[in-house]
Amino acid sequence: MDTQNINLLEGREKQVYEKTAGGAEIEIACDKTSLSGSVSQRACVFCGSRVVLYPVADAIHIVHGPIGCAAYTWDIRGAVSSGPELHRLSFSTDLQEMDVIYGGEKKLYKSLVELIDQYQPNAAFIYSTCIIGLIGDDIDAVCKKVAKEKGIPVLPVHSEGFKGTKKDGYKAACHALMKLIGQGSTEGISKYSINILGEFNLAGEAWIIREYYEKMGIEVVATMTGDGRIDDIRRSHGATLNVVQCSGSMTTLAKDMEEKYGIPYIRVSYFGFEDMSKSLYDVAQHFPDRPDIMEKAKEIVRDEIRKYYPEMQKFKAALTGKKAAIYVGGAFKTFSLIKALRTIGMSVVLAGSQTGNKQDYKNLKEMCDEGTVIVDDSNPVELSKFVLEKEADLLIGGVKERPIAFKLGVGFCDHNHERKIPLAGFIGMYYFAKEVYESVMSPVWQFAPRKGGLR
Amino acid sequence: MLLRHTPTEVKEREGLTINPAKTCQPIGAMYAALGIHGCLPHSHGSQGCCSYHRSTLTRHYKEPVMASTSSFTEGASVFGGQANLLASIETIFSVYDPEVIAVHSTCLSETIGDDLQQITKKASDDGKIPDGKYVIYASTPSFVGSHITGYANMVTGMAEQFAVSTGEKTEQINIVAGWMEPSDMREIKSIASLMDAKIVLFPDTSDVLDAPQTGKHEFYPKGGVTIDQLRSTGDSKCSLALGCVSAEPAAIALDKKCKVPFETLDMPIGLSATDRFIMALSKAAGKPVPASITAERGRVVDVMADMEQYFYGKKVALFGDPDQIMPLTEFLLDLGMRPTHIVSGTPGLRFEKRMKEILERAPYANFRNGAQADMFLLHQWIKNEPVDLLIGNTYGKYIARDENIPFVRFGFPILDRVGHSYFPSVGYSGAMRLIEKILGVLMDQQDRVALEEKFELVM
Ligand code: SF4
Ligand code: SF4
Repeated sequence: MDTQNINLLEGREKQVYEKTAGGAEIEIACDKTSLSGSVSQRACVFCGSRVVLYPVADAIHIVHGPIGCAAYTWDIRGAVSSGPELHRLSFSTDLQEMDVIYGGEKKLYKSLVELIDQYQPNAAFIYSTCIIGLIGDDIDAVCKKVAKEKGIPVLPVHSEGFKGTKKDGYKAACHALMKLIGQGSTEGISKYSINILGEFNLAGEAWIIREYYEKMGIEVVATMTGDGRIDDIRRSHGATLNVVQCSGSMTTLAKDMEEKYGIPYIRVSYFGFEDMSKSLYDVAQHFPDRPDIMEKAKEIVRDEIRKYYPEMQKFKAALTGKKAAIYVGGAFKTFSLIKALRTIGMSVVLAGSQTGNKQDYKNLKEMCDEGTVIVDDSNPVELSKFVLEKEADLLIGGVKERPIAFKLGVGFCDHNHERKIPLAGFIGMYYFAKEVYESVMSPVWQFAPRKGGLR
Repeated sequence: MLLRHTPTEVKEREGLTINPAKTCQPIGAMYAALGIHGCLPHSHGSQGCCSYHRSTLTRHYKEPVMASTSSFTEGASVFGGQANLLASIETIFSVYDPEVIAVHSTCLSETIGDDLQQITKKASDDGKIPDGKYVIYASTPSFVGSHITGYANMVTGMAEQFAVSTGEKTEQINIVAGWMEPSDMREIKSIASLMDAKIVLFPDTSDVLDAPQTGKHEFYPKGGVTIDQLRSTGDSKCSLALGCVSAEPAAIALDKKCKVPFETLDMPIGLSATDRFIMALSKAAGKPVPASITAERGRVVDVMADMEQYFYGKKVALFGDPDQIMPLTEFLLDLGMRPTHIVSGTPGLRFEKRMKEILERAPYANFRNGAQADMFLLHQWIKNEPVDLLIGNTYGKYIARDENIPFVRFGFPILDRVGHSYFPSVGYSGAMRLIEKILGVLMDQQDRVALEEKFELVM
């Protein structure tokens, strides 16, 4: 079966929208679980929790369940640490048949004690997977008991895979973090301070962002969760402002902190010149009594753009008129990508996300050009169909999309888990443009049949 | 020094697994199912598992891996997944139009007790399976065994659910492929064709997971064993099962159902195991070993002799899956090396027994499989008794780097290199490639660490 000749999956019509002149209002049916029987690119609750909490590097992360869930998430994200690297080891209770029948609480208890004795971590996160939800282990009780005996926070993360979508996993992760926040002393924290939320330090991105803010004279209390430390998180309620990137994952936490500690939050994106600059300005604006902070922000923006602008023109010259298809996790990321692609002369013909909400899709429609297809929770058949129909030259996606792009003979850029090179910040935009340029212009395409065999 | 956390002292752990040397059943079933032409693997459970399995296979093969999911939600977990599976079957046939759907279970559907046999029968009774199309299934609870078990279960499902016997035996020989790469399956077929033996190989992922670039995304690439071929396995004169853990169960099932006698062999990795395979195939087919194969063997032995001094006495640590570990250990011994530490997360009595036989030649070796036989233990063993070479999947790179040990990637998964799916590890050409790889890393290391005054052009 050629993917070219495939129709939309029945029952999915409502999750696809094509923007046309004077077209209908957008009413994408998102927030839906995928149709039974579809080849979905989506993951589960556990996956959501795991990706958010994983970069906390001085805690142990133990997956309570059968081996698979732990094995597949072992060091699979390049969330780097400037110190301890406990997060990169894979701990599992490796449940066996007997445990499933008689319950796994004892095994979990023993494993936890063994681990804590061995590694002396600052905290432990216990992820419960599908099967735990079914057999009904009381992991809260086990966590409480161990926390008391060992004197460190032992935090249950209720991430049973079937209990929703990845978004619910984000929430579970936020709940676990919320239990830590407020436990530490806030003494000595500056009035001009922020927490960076939803930055996972893939390829060191959190370091880049942190440096900008520190240059502006702002204290960064905690980066949640990239290069994360338990003690920082415990005292993060002492910060004046929460700055949230990756809206999907951390908005819950920001809201909870606002409610409980009165800390306001703003949503930002660190991707692309435009959004990066804005996220510095937006923070500066929160400290009107210190005009020097805004001055400094302007200076950083000026210097950085001056540094990368000439190079960007080179990429733009080559890429102008080329088309991109985007299919990534969060919708917010899609907005930034559209702007960034425009900076280098490219247009967007397909914009999709796995976890966008109604408002996100409305915004997306506003931003997109006519003829752009907007999709929620897509599948490979649809993706390749649109890539071909819309004659995209580039696909931006994650690990499962990469080989599809290459089979179709179009360039690819990973904007998900497997970054080795940072995309955040001004320098990140340069890397992004370079990567897109290299992939789209690769000489390999002259040997390969492209785009359905057309050349 | 990522693994600086690994202490040297080995303590018995009660429950904890650290850095597993295995993964769960469904991914094995998914891989096996991709070896049927026009097959869409279907994961009966929640989306997460399916997504992880596809990602891991995608990373290993660098190919699009298609599989659908029942997308369990809380409701399904309470009321059972029958409705989801029935709906899935309908959706899949109407939208993706496969020849066959191969359903496997996950922890979740196993624990709630979904009966795949009953549900697929219901689908058939309700007319949800179009004429000439099929749904097969395998039960693959991930709290039992490992990904290898899942592979074996799905291959057994193929044999049990497709093979028919018409009562007339043919000249055909079934070769049941244990978990091996597409390149290995291609090599097996090429050997059989050189020998002029009529075989059917199943499963067969060549031309599925190593497809050429065509500018198209083929949902069902051209490779894979066909359903007609699978049906015909019941009339074959005999079966050769390549691997007692991942392949033998299917051969047993065929024997039970259709009276096809079988012989179980080690997977043909290295010299001795390939010798046995070639002889068995020649005997089964009643065809002599052609001169070209004999010459190829001669070249392998020649290189082994030429380089014998570099192998002799070198200590090796290896880890991975049973059917690969067994013949590989034997091959290392044949090369004069010392397999010193061996770990496999996959449990199994057959495996243990066969390893014991092989390790009679290496009474000094540490071997452990099953529970807590993980990379953490392997690392501890290596700390206590260092080795000259490490062989295993990508996860070995942490140990190799920390302990500065030459490392050959072999097994599943290999996430950070290419080649494994294109160059065979089985047969004489596979043996040659292993030799080349082992020598390559050993001699690179020698060149890297040699003292200035001892460093020479020819070493
Ligand atoms: S839930 Fe079970 S089947 Fe799914 S990934 Fe985890 S171990 Fe594997
Ligand atoms: S078993 Fe559940 S928690 Fe684990 S990967 Fe599958 S859906 Fe996610």
